[in-house]
Amino acid sequence: MTVAAETRTLTRAPQVSLRHAWGYWLRNWAIFKHTYRLSLLAWFIEPVIYLVAMGFGLGEYLQRVQGVEYVDFIAPGLVALSVMYGATFETTWNAFFKMERARIYDACVSAPLSAEDVALGEALWGATRATIYGGAFIVIALPFGVFHSWWGLAVPVALVMVGLMFAIMGLTFTYAISMVDYLSYYWTLFLTPMFMFSGIFFPLDRLPGWVQGLSWCMPLRHAVDLMRALLVDGDPGAAAGAALWMVVVTAALFVLPLNLLRKRLVK
Amino acid sequence: MSAVVARGLAKRYDDFEAVRGIDFTAEERTCFGFLGPNGAGKTTTMRMISCISPPTAGTLEVLGMPVTERPRQIKARMGIVPQENNLDEEVSVIENLLIYARYFGIRKASAEPRADELLEFVQLADKREWKVPKLSGGMKRRLLIARALMNEPEILILDEPTTGLDPQARHLVWEKLRTLKRGGVTLIITTHYMEEAAQLCDRVVIMHEGKILVQGSPRELVAAHTTRQVVEVFEPPEELQAALTSFDGLARHVERLADRWLFYTDDGDEMLGKVRTLPIDPGSIWLRGGTLEDVFLALTGRRLVE
Repeated sequence: MTVAAETRTLTRAPQVSLRHAWGYWLRNWAIFKHTYRLSLLAWFIEPVIYLVAMGFGLGEYLQRVQGVEYVDFIAPGLVALSVMYGATFETTWNAFFKMERARIYDACVSAPLSAEDVALGEALWGATRATIYGGAFIVIALPFGVFHSWWGLAVPVALVMVGLMFAIMGLTFTYAISMVDYLSYYWTLFLTPMFMFSGIFFPLDRLPGWVQGLSWCMPLRHAVDLMRALLVDGDPGAAAGAALWMVVVTAALFVLPLNLLRKRLVK
Repeated sequence: MSAVVARGLAKRYDDFEAVRGIDFTAEERTCFGFLGPNGAGKTTTMRMISCISPPTAGTLEVLGMPVTERPRQIKARMGIVPQENNLDEEVSVIENLLIYARYFGIRKASAEPRADELLEFVQLADKREWKVPKLSGGMKRRLLIARALMNEPEILILDEPTTGLDPQARHLVWEKLRTLKRGGVTLIITTHYMEEAAQLCDRVVIMHEGKILVQGSPRELVAAHTTRQVVEVFEPPEELQAALTSFDGLARHVERLADRWLFYTDDGDEMLGKVRTLPIDPGSIWLRGGTLEDVFLALTGRRLVE
């Protein structure tokens, strides 16, 4: 296929119906109700370890960072991190398994669902699961004093926004790859650099300019900024800027996984 | 009305023509079968009928609607039983049915009684709360059939419905499919088993390399493409082979395979009488009727040796 034809395929208007996508969302919800006890624990135990080890361990040796205790500095970033991991795990390993091993997608398109409905349902589900992880993390972190501003009440919206962005990104990659092994590249080349350079553990303002520039291109950095602006700084201007970046990127990528899945399933 | 009508139907992948212009009509309330060796284009044709794979050329109408224009409406009135199990392994038998019902927008209040009725029908009512991995292969296949019936389909599509099942499970599936047909459901199946086609199908097409070679009822095909009877001689002793060859003139075709010789004839008794004049163990001579399998092999596979 030529580049132009490929571009047309991936950017065309999807045949999507929210009602049918919802049917697939409900499928995932039904399965989740059976399995969450097993998986949920593992996914927020990691940020809790960071919070305790870094916040109290490293925090003992640090002055206040950007005017707040170190544990308060890192907590919002860890919320964003757990949302990113929640959305990504669901839309990479789990989605690939459902598509290629369990053949669940084949069952869906045998019913009146289109490939795009399945992709949309999967993205919404990834966002849902990520929101559950992020929300659970905030609840766990409450005793550590993560909540410093009434703007924090807007956090549920922020969780959904961050979750949907990472769900769309994860699905775009998953639907484009042929073998599950490629997923490790997504984690090591995309997620791990973001983990280090998104301002979770240290402020970015003293890093070289080019690192700051690179960081600005990283989705997680804006998710961290949004959470910190809402939970700690109470800075609606910074929150709006970060949210705008994420909305634009999410909207720009939105049809990609839908069309990639159509291309993959409808042959 | 016809359930499925195909005219000049073709499917081409980048460098491969899977289906090369086929015509067929499956009538409502009948069982229509696709036979053919692997790679004949059966599954591709089924995928096109299922509105999953768009045709490259020709027309294909299901329930009077073109597959490319109204896939959702067609799929809402169709049930599909896949060749490979794609059940939700994490949840129970009943939940599998309820989850699938939601894809059709069927509410739980009406889905649950329907699901219980279908579990009764496929004899899985006592496994209602079982998780899928505990089910045997035959049970999974029956559950897939029940799932495909959740939307009360007018057409049921089955890709190799009994492949890999033991004889008991297989006969049970056949019995259920015949019951469905009597109830007015149109069945479209693919199969490798000629016995299955002869048991279930009112009309079959034999496909080979993307084309339809012949179509008709199993009985018509047997009458038209093979002999009434076949005499098989297992491992004829070498010293008698010359004598056996002298009977060739009595048969319409003779096929000499590594382990047996087949005499295709319309008068099996006469042929049998001749063969029995030779000192061959009677246990290795067998007279049988011509079958769909003979038609199939003659047309698609083992070359006829005259």
